[in-house]
Amino acid sequence: MIEAVGVSKFYGARRALADVSFSIAQGEVVGFLGLNGAGKTTVLKVLCGLLVPSAGKVSVDGIDGIDAPRELRKRIGFLPDRPPLFPEMTVRQMVAYAARLCGLPAERVDRRVAEVLELCGLANVADDLIEWLSHGYRQRVGIAIAVAHEPKLVVLDEPISGLDPAQIVAMRGLIRGLKEKHTVLLSSHILSEISHTCDRILVLHQGRIVAQGTEATLAAGVSPPVEVTARGTMADLAKAEIHKLEGVSELETTDVGNGVVRLCARVASDTAREQLVATLVQRGLGVRSVSDAEGGLESVFLKLTKGVEA
Amino acid sequence: MTTALLIARRELRGYFSSSSGWIILAVLLLLDGLAFNAFAMAGEKKSFDVLQSFFYFHSGATMVASVFIAMRLFAEEKQMGTLVLLEASPAREAEVVLGKFLGAWGFLLMFLVLSLYMPVLVMVNGKVTVGHLFAGYLGLALLGAACISIGAFTSSVAPNQVAAAVLSGAVVVVLVLAWLVAKNVEGVLGDVVGWLDLFDKHYRTFSRGTVKLSSVVYYAALSYGFLLATAAVLGARRWRG
Repeated sequence: MIEAVGVSKFYGARRALADVSFSIAQGEVVGFLGLNGAGKTTVLKVLCGLLVPSAGKVSVDGIDGIDAPRELRKRIGFLPDRPPLFPEMTVRQMVAYAARLCGLPAERVDRRVAEVLELCGLANVADDLIEWLSHGYRQRVGIAIAVAHEPKLVVLDEPISGLDPAQIVAMRGLIRGLKEKHTVLLSSHILSEISHTCDRILVLHQGRIVAQGTEATLAAGVSPPVEVTARGTMADLAKAEIHKLEGVSELETTDVGNGVVRLCARVASDTAREQLVATLVQRGLGVRSVSDAEGGLESVFLKLTKGVEA
Repeated sequence: MTTALLIARRELRGYFSSSSGWIILAVLLLLDGLAFNAFAMAGEKKSFDVLQSFFYFHSGATMVASVFIAMRLFAEEKQMGTLVLLEASPAREAEVVLGKFLGAWGFLLMFLVLSLYMPVLVMVNGKVTVGHLFAGYLGLALLGAACISIGAFTSSVAPNQVAAAVLSGAVVVVLVLAWLVAKNVEGVLGDVVGWLDLFDKHYRTFSRGTVKLSSVVYYAALSYGFLLATAAVLGARRWRG
């Protein structure tokens, strides 16, 4: 339904996007994950028709962004990282204005505004001026204006940025709720957010998509790091020659005191993990604990973005 | 056109809800009234001359008002991050520019209407024709439209409102002083520069109660040209890189 093929974007001589391709099916909630400066906002702006790509093309429902940019924009609702709101308007006026501006027929506006205010939890502040609202409510109004004209695709740039924990939970619910009627594409550099909210993840690094899939499929492609604590000395550990074991890499050792050492390594498989523990035991080190060193998606993300050249 | 009117309505609401809009109106009307009292009404004059003086001074206030009214059109939206709402919408650049121009021009027309009490006083107490009044205000409206178009363009290229005001003020001053340049340039070039004059060549006839079609065309063309350039600037923002 939404397709980007070979999209590149240059700012002067600097390449912000390099041959980015992906497709998103109807009803999916997809997250762009990347560090600051990875190109997330640029790719979203290209999708929404705010920027023309230097190469490649984007389409929504088969409508090409270059051939029919206005038709494309009718099908997309966009919330930038800073909601575009006029402080002198009430919430109701703002949502109605955005709906009309994006082409919703006048006779349908009142009903749609009521629906959207309900959906976004704004009914109780509908007649408040936007300048009176908290940051969390302003984000909600931003989502309300993005969905007011019933777009197929809703694009949200860092929607939880600056929200407190309670507002984040509420925002997650709101974004998941959009899934019923819209396809949602959001960006974030916050791993847990992407993990909680999205069905699928596109990992962007230095303008390239370096991986895509569900959290589980991404994790499956990356060997997990393991942390072992054992009774023994650094000398015992050196004698064990762990670094020579097949499937064990990125070995780090630390003396934590009281005759206990800690070992961190990345293991390629369960067999390699078993081999590592067995070797330690055979060399007389008393293994006390074996655990995953880092959380799932964080580990995957760090691995995927490490050493990738633009 | 519906989209342009929608944008114009919101723009007009923006002027009424901001203190700067009211301050511009109040200060300029006050200065206008003082100038009218001090210069136009000074000494023994015929009603025709009083009205002509009024239109002379009022044109200055109109140009200043236009520069200040137009400075916020795009520069403020860029600063506030709200321009993206228009850019992400299916509205054409021409509709956006026309809507913003109409909103700003509507606010300027309100300024002109609020100044009507001065010529009406002349009319009640002296002998002037409705035609003179009409021609003078038509001239002011056209002069204002041209200055707002210039302001819209500078607002679209300037990084902030102050820079937009300075830039459009400079362009207006250059066009007002074009007659000075024309006086010192001979031949066709001198004629062309003279014809480009914003004030002396084209406005003075309106202030005397005469409507010249060539001047109407001049103001319309100048406004259209700058609005077209503004739309081009907005379109080019999508290609930036």
